[in-house]
This record gives sequence, structure tokens and C-alpha cells, in this order.
Amino acid sequence: MRSKRFERIAERPINKDTFVKPWPEVGLSTTFSPFDPVPSLTIEDGRLVEMDGVASSDFDLVEEFIARHAIDLGVAPRALAMPSRDIARMIVDINVPRATVLEIVSGCTPAKLVEIVNQMNVLEMMMGLAKMRARRSPANQAHVTNRKENPALLAADAAEAALRGFAEIETTVAVARYAPFNALAILVGSQTARGGVLTQCAVEEATNLRLGFKGLTSYSETLSVYATERAFVEGDDTPWSKAFLASAYASRGVKTRFTSGAGAPALMGHAQGKSMLYLEARSLLATRAAGSQGSQNGSISCIALPESLPDGLRAVTGENLIATLLGLEVASGNDALASHSDIRKAAKLMLQFIPGTDFITSGYGAIPRPDNMFGGGNFDVSELDDWYVLQRDMRIDGGIEPIAEGPALEARARAATALQAVFAAFGFPPITDEEIIAATGAYGSEDMADRDRVADMEAAQELQSGPLTVLDVIKALDAAGYPDVAANILEMQRQRVIGSYLQPSAIFDRDFQVRSALTDPNDYQGPGTGYRVEGDRWAALQDLPQAWEPRTWVDALGTPQASAWLEDIGPAAPGRHMEVVIAVGPAFGGALSRTIGGLDHRDVLQAIVAGLQEERVPARLVRVHHTSDCAFIGHTGAQLSGSGIAIGLQSKGTTVIHRRDLVPLENLELFAQAPNMDLETYHRIGRNSALHALGKSAAPIAVRSDNTARLRLIVQTTLLHRQETQQVQQGRAPMELRWIDGPSGLGNSGDRQ
Amino acid sequence: MTPASKAPDRDASTPVGTEAVQRPIRTGSGRNLDELTIDALRADRLTAEDFRISREQLNEQAAAAEAGGYRQLAENLRRAAELTGLPNERVFEIYNMLRPGRATRAQLEELARQLEGRNMPRVAAFIFEAAAAYSRRGIAKR
Repeated sequence: MRSKRFERIAERPINKDTFVKPWPEVGLSTTFSPFDPVPSLTIEDGRLVEMDGVASSDFDLVEEFIARHAIDLGVAPRALAMPSRDIARMIVDINVPRATVLEIVSGCTPAKLVEIVNQMNVLEMMMGLAKMRARRSPANQAHVTNRKENPALLAADAAEAALRGFAEIETTVAVARYAPFNALAILVGSQTARGGVLTQCAVEEATNLRLGFKGLTSYSETLSVYATERAFVEGDDTPWSKAFLASAYASRGVKTRFTSGAGAPALMGHAQGKSMLYLEARSLLATRAAGSQGSQNGSISCIALPESLPDGLRAVTGENLIATLLGLEVASGNDALASHSDIRKAAKLMLQFIPGTDFITSGYGAIPRPDNMFGGGNFDVSELDDWYVLQRDMRIDGGIEPIAEGPALEARARAATALQAVFAAFGFPPITDEEIIAATGAYGSEDMADRDRVADMEAAQELQSGPLTVLDVIKALDAAGYPDVAANILEMQRQRVIGSYLQPSAIFDRDFQVRSALTDPNDYQGPGTGYRVEGDRWAALQDLPQAWEPRTWVDALGTPQASAWLEDIGPAAPGRHMEVVIAVGPAFGGALSRTIGGLDHRDVLQAIVAGLQEERVPARLVRVHHTSDCAFIGHTGAQLSGSGIAIGLQSKGTTVIHRRDLVPLENLELFAQAPNMDLETYHRIGRNSALHALGKSAAPIAVRSDNTARLRLIVQTTLLHRQETQQVQQGRAPMELRWIDGPSGLGNSGDRQ
Repeated sequence: MTPASKAPDRDASTPVGTEAVQRPIRTGSGRNLDELTIDALRADRLTAEDFRISREQLNEQAAAAEAGGYRQLAENLRRAAELTGLPNERVFEIYNMLRPGRATRAQLEELARQLEGRNMPRVAAFIFEAAAAYSRRGIAKR
């Protein structure tokens, strides 16, 4: 036999993810492998001769590179002698400044780093990230690509991403030869919306470097580093060639960061039985040794591999933390699809989102997933509002801010038009006006007509190998009437000459000021210190376009006034007939005229009365003034009812069937979900009340169930209830009501006793 | 300190924590930063070379990184400072020679000596170090 529950659970998105048991021998272990080395370090005559159990004569290239450049031998003996738990506690201790931790960690070997991080749970790791990340202000990076490599769409998408506040925008290609076009499109697009956004085009190293030399890109994070010599060689590089590349970029004023992450060595077949965390510690020390200012890590495109194993996300958070411990900028992953389950994706994100990192994602898909040429991406443009809401919920700066549709359309149109001008000046295949209109309003590349791809690629190659540089782009924009865009791109070039954005964790703010570990150093030391979401930034983060103004909503209800159709005809006395009292709230038919479900109060009353009449039970109408609480309204009505049965009716529609002998918070039937109630329900409430009055059995009324009603309408409920509560008059007795021009039996046919 | 530009309203890009010696920033081509204007570009007075960072400026940035505690980054920036003197294509050639199996130990050492002779001691030392390591590990071309 099969359990329907187990069957249903097995079909859930989470169970489309892969889960396996650890197998350390092949690299399938996350934070610990029995083959991981024990931390050790021997220095003889001022030279490091042994590290983590390997003699220097047996060092592979990575070990030698780390030993020569990454480890401060002046600190190492002290670092190795200090218990790892003590260092882990320093990381979490708000009284120990970041600089003190950086100093002791500068003497740590890969195995020592792992031993330190393995003392910590994820909460402590998050504390560590909050304190140890290099830049005080968190930021975020966007992916902007599209399947058709449409330049107008790339420019428009880059502009929108820039407007949202992404500090870096990364593109790549479906077809390699498009690279210069894509780089140009996001450069022009981003600088149209906001000067100072850093851009890159992730392609093969040589092409990448050429794009940087031409000024078409301003950073590069494609410099892969590996944990072992064999992996490096397989990647056709060595630690020295990668380090040289980093210097080459810097020599032209281009920012770089290296990339590595958990799972990559195992996937390449080079884990050598070591844990993912240990291998990543080696890659990160190689990153530091090369003098890269930062790392893109957090497993990146291999994320599903650590996630298939126990302790996988702790390992990934741990590797982000190790990067920060080494003083590296960290662009902390969350870029590749992490799960079929939205719950798991969001929970995983929180490990970086809550503490904040230099770039919370190393690429948020600012485009639809099918257009994301970085393998689809973890989040996409349709999920931006989820991100914004989480920022607002937790008062956390996730690096971007909500924007309204109008400015987005404006920025998109202008970016595409600016790129059109550059294409025209360069004699590239034209961007048509139709394309600009399509790109402005597009969801994705499916909204774009196909271009002549052969002609585009030829022009792209001409841009790559010909004499045109970013200076020609600036001149073209200036001549075509885009002086502001020209000025922004010119300023990017001037900043290359200054080079302050080569410092750790550098981004530009809206005023082209560099925010880096030097100009905006993280000074977190517990509550009241470090980055806080305050002032204008908090105002921007909470200002969701879909957040409505409750004051306006209340104003639209109109000025509270006395009922035009319900007339007081004197204090209500206890009844002596087989009647049902309909006790309404203080605002009913006056200050409020409709239920929260939009039903007119007259129609509601009519339906109830019709239900009562079906059983030939007369109705009395009473207004309760001293309370707005549904139970007490009903209870009050029941005390006045000749039959002992009353219907308590709040103005927002919440209804109770009450009986005289019950305590106020008891009832015969309660209809708490007013938004789900229709006139048929009120009719049946009338009839059931009549049956109760007659002492007949009444089957409980089934109400349509909608568990989301409260989610959708809780604010309206609050505001309507407040309106009713404002009409409460303490100590005023219930009044008998007459429905002017209403159906007979409601105080207007002289049938009251 | 810094590197930072003397250009108006750019002062905040000056790394903090170092003693400020305000001096004009020069480009790799020897121009003053203030000359890099849209007007000069319109008048075709500027070329791509004018937007290259200078050796001195990268050394300034290296000093700022070092003062901030980022020793390895400082070393990288000092190597970068030396590389400002090389044309793009030469940079590509050297990168390719440093990739696995591209050059013999002797070729790498010859390269290092050349660079040493062109006042690039740090890059040279780095390549000597690579040559020895590649040779020991069998990564150099035989």
C-alpha cells in the first residue's frame, strides 16, 4: 500500500532536487572529509618548509603559491598556536574589531581556516559576515543578457537594472562573437540611467581583456581559480598566469575579482578526497596570494552539488566567510538556480541577505529566466518584488530599490535610443524605431523581432578588432544629443586614470564617489554600529509602488453620517414575541454602507429578513451603540430578543448567531470571514436563526473557505473596524430601528408589540 | 595617500587612512587629469592612451592598499604599475607564456631578464619564481 501523503510529498518541488549520502573519497563531502589535513606549519630559517602536513618540496603549484604570497609568516606561528575555537569566537565577538581578526587570520593555513569555520553554526557565520565583509554598505549585481542578443533590449534592460540600483551589471553571450556588442549595449544602457554602474562581459579571458582595454567594460570577475594544480592546468592556467592577468587588468584600470567555489573541484574530478570547504579555502588563499581584491564565491554554478549533501549550505556560507576573513570583497553567489523549491531558495538567500555581503548575489537575473544566458539564474525579473518586500519586511538593504513603471519606461526608451545613435554613428546595422518601442515595453526577447544576426556579428567583430574605442562611443553620444550619458561614460574613463576603484570592494555611488573598503570600511561592532538602513535609504526601500495610502482609502468611504434609511425610534426593550433580533453595529447603514465583501447593507438585511420569513419568524431591528465587537453586539441583541435568538451584524459583514443564555464569547454559529460571504449566506443565516428560535434543529451553514482572505483584506478589515469603533457611544442603550421604506416587519408596520 | 584626484568634488574617492599629499593626477600619457574633458575629446585632442592609468598612480594606489592592510593587493598593483609600460599585445604575449606548457624554463627566465632590463623588477621576480615552480612541477614546456 502507498500513503497518499508520502506520494503527494514526493511530488513537491523540493523532491525534484537531488539528495545523496556523503562519499568523501570522490569529493562528495562538504565541511569535513577524513582525508582533510590537520592544520600545521613549520618555518625554518624564516622559510615556510611545511604546511598542513605537506613538505615544501612536495608542494603543488597552488600550495607553493599560497606559501609564498598568502601567508604572513610573522603571524603564522601565533595563528597556528591559537585554538581555532578562540579565533572563531573572535570572529563572532562584537568587541573584537575586524582589523584584529584580519591580522590573526593572515597567518592561517587552508586547514586552519577550515578548522576555525567549522567551530561555527550558520548564525555565527552570519554574524561573521556582517562584521567581516569589507565594505560597510552592501550592494548587489545584476545579470543582463538575452537569448536573441538584441542590443536595444540589452541597453533597455541595463538601464532598468541601473535604475533599480544594481552596482554592477554583468552580461555574457549565447554566441561568443557578440561579446563586443553586448558589452557596448550594457555600457550605454547602464550609464544612461545612472553613472558609475560597473559593467562586465563574461567571455573567454583574452576577449575579456581586450574589451577592458577598449574601455567597453570596467570590471571582470571571470578569473577562475582552482584548489589544485591539476585543476589549474586543466583550466589552462596557473596561479602565476592568473595573477599576471589580474595585474594586466589593473594596469589598464580595470577592476577584477577571482571566482571559485564549493563543488567545482569535485565536478572537475580533482577533489582528491578533500572536503569542499577545505578545497575552497585553498582557492581563496590562492586568490589572496594573487592580490585579487575580491572573490566571487558561494559555490556559484555548482551550488546544487553541495546542496545535495548534508551541511552543504553551511559550507557555502562558510566559504563566503573565509573570503571576508582574508580581506577579500565577496560577491556571494545566489546567482545559479539553487533549488526547485522557492522555500529552499529563499531560505538559502537569507544566509547572505540578512548579514549583508559586498554583493549579495553575484548576479540577480534582471531579465526573464529564459533570457538569462548565465544558465537561467536563481532569481529573475518577475521575482524582484519579492526581494523588495523582504528588504522592507526586515529593514535590510539588499542593494536595490523599488522603482515605478513610468521612470522605468523612460529609462528603457532613452537607453535604447542612445544606443541607436551610437550604432548609427558607427555604421552598424541600424536599431530601428520599432525595435526601440518594442524594447521599451518588452518583457523579454520574445517581444523583439529577429535581427540580421550575420550582419550584427560582423559589426561586432569590427568593433572588437578595429580602431573604435569607448572614446568614439562618448563622442557619438555627445554629438547625438546625449551629453549626460557621454559625461557619465567619460567619467568612468577618468576614474580608470585615478584607479581608486581598484581598491577592495569598490563600487561607485550615485555621485560617482568610490565606496570601497578604504573609503567605506565596515565598522560593525554590534548594535548601533556598522551599516544601518536609515533616512532617505530607508524611505526609498519602504516605498513600494504597490503600497497604498490607507488615509485615502478611508477618505473614499466618505464622511461618517447618520443613516439615511435607518431611523431610531426609541430605546429597545426586551421583546415578548417569537422574534429574532437583528442587532447591527454602530456604523451600520450610516458611517459605513457596505460590507468588506462589497455587499450593500440594505441587501444584506433584505437577505436575512427573507431567510427569517421563510420560517415565518418576524425580525426586529436594533442598533447597538456601546460596542463594535461582533460577539457583544450579538449578545446584546439576544438579551432583547423575545425568542432569545439574535443575529449580531458588524458593519464590515462579520456575523454571529447568538442565544440569550450564552456568555458573550460563546455563540450558536460564527461567520468570521466576512469577505467570503455572499447574499445567499446571509439568507441562510436568517433561516437558521429562525430555526433556532423555533427550537428546531439547524444544520450549521457551510461557508466558502478562502484562507487568503485575511492576507488580502486585513488592512481593510482594520480600517473598517476602526470606522465602526469610532461610532461607539459608551453607555448609550440599544435603539429600536425602523427601516424607512424597507420591507414590512422592520419597525415600520406598527407590529412592534 | 592618495591617489585621489584633485578634481573638484572627487575628494571622497580619496582613500582614507593615509596622509594626504594632494598632487595633480597624471595620466599614463603625462596629461593632467583635468585635461580629460568632453571639450578636449570633441576637439580630437585625446586618444585612448590619454585614458591609461600611470605607473605612479598605480603605485600610489598600492601604497594606499598597503596602508589599509591589503598587502597582496598592493603587490598586485605594483606589478600592474610596471605593466603600464607595455603595449597591449605584449601583455597578451606574456600572459600566454605563463600558461601551462607554453614556454620552457629558459624562455621564461629570458623573458624575466628582459623585463628586469626594462625597469620591471617585480614582474620579473614574479616570472622567475613561476619559472622555477613550473620547472619543479613539470608544468614548463620541455
